[in-house]
Amino acid sequence: MVVALGGLATYLIRLSFIALIPHERLPAAFREGLRFIPPAVLSAIVLPELVLRDGALALSLDNHRLLAGVVAALVAWRTRSTWLTIGAGLLALILLSLL
Amino acid sequence: MTASPPHKEFLAGVRDQLPLLLGVVPFGLIFGALAISAGVPPLAAQGFSLVIFAGSAQFIAATMVGSGALPGVIVFTILIVNLRHALYSASLAPHLAHLPRRWKLALSWLLTDEAFAMASARYRRGDLSQAHWYLLGTGMTLWASWQVSTSLGIALGTRLPEKLPLDFALPLTFLALLRPNLVDLPSWAAAAAGGLLAVLLGGLPFKLGLVLASLAAVGIGLAVQRLSSRGDASESV
Repeated sequence: MVVALGGLATYLIRLSFIALIPHERLPAAFREGLRFIPPAVLSAIVLPELVLRDGALALSLDNHRLLAGVVAALVAWRTRSTWLTIGAGLLALILLSLL
Repeated sequence: MTASPPHKEFLAGVRDQLPLLLGVVPFGLIFGALAISAGVPPLAAQGFSLVIFAGSAQFIAATMVGSGALPGVIVFTILIVNLRHALYSASLAPHLAHLPRRWKLALSWLLTDEAFAMASARYRRGDLSQAHWYLLGTGMTLWASWQVSTSLGIALGTRLPEKLPLDFALPLTFLALLRPNLVDLPSWAAAAAGGLLAVLLGGLPFKLGLVLASLAAVGIGLAVQRLSSRGDASESV
């Protein structure tokens, strides 16, 4: 029951703008704003993972995920490769934990 | 540029999704194990992955089943946690508008954080006439690996040799896919605002911070675009 209704609710949300609401009916400002959804959402997913530890701001050198994230960001910037970014970030995190 | 044939787009989607499996597969294993230890029957645990197919919502829902929450409350929580998918749906809608209905139904079914992140990078480059095959490739790869890893987690239970920080692979992937989306000042502003607001709102439950931060950041991106296009004639692309 929970599975079926939870699945239905999730599917309807995913369908919402793709199949349920006609795109032409939406206001111009809304359509203009769509291109900002990827940078806004991806950054909003990533940054808390790097700077929050157990819900509190952790901007110190003890926060290994933040340091590894900075390394990964530099690699992402230079190489544009997903594999290298993940590899560099994980490697940095593992090495920091061994220090 | 000539259009790539559908099967090449599909395989490119599968291939580009592979690094994400580093984060997704352990996540699925842990979900399977956690659901069983929370008292969810094995078939229902697999059903969560088959039907809901959204990691965070499944974790919260399985934990709530374990603590004896009312079914209606659990369904409502799943709805709130998955609200962010409406943003993904809105973002992809213009790219999918020309497709037949069956494509829209299928690609919506496969729309996850990971699939959206891959799509946002794909729609920034190259010929787009067959890009829906790329989305199908990424989505089906994710879906299949989510099912298999959930099953393994159910079967193996809590006996997971989990010391490597593989959960970190997912934010790292999103970081890599953020890069091609930073194309001009307004998109940088949207990313900066989204990240900072999500940190500030990090205390809100059910990923509401993510949704609110993203919505506000889209507004900030628009505002910066208006201001900068008023400043000079060179319109951003």
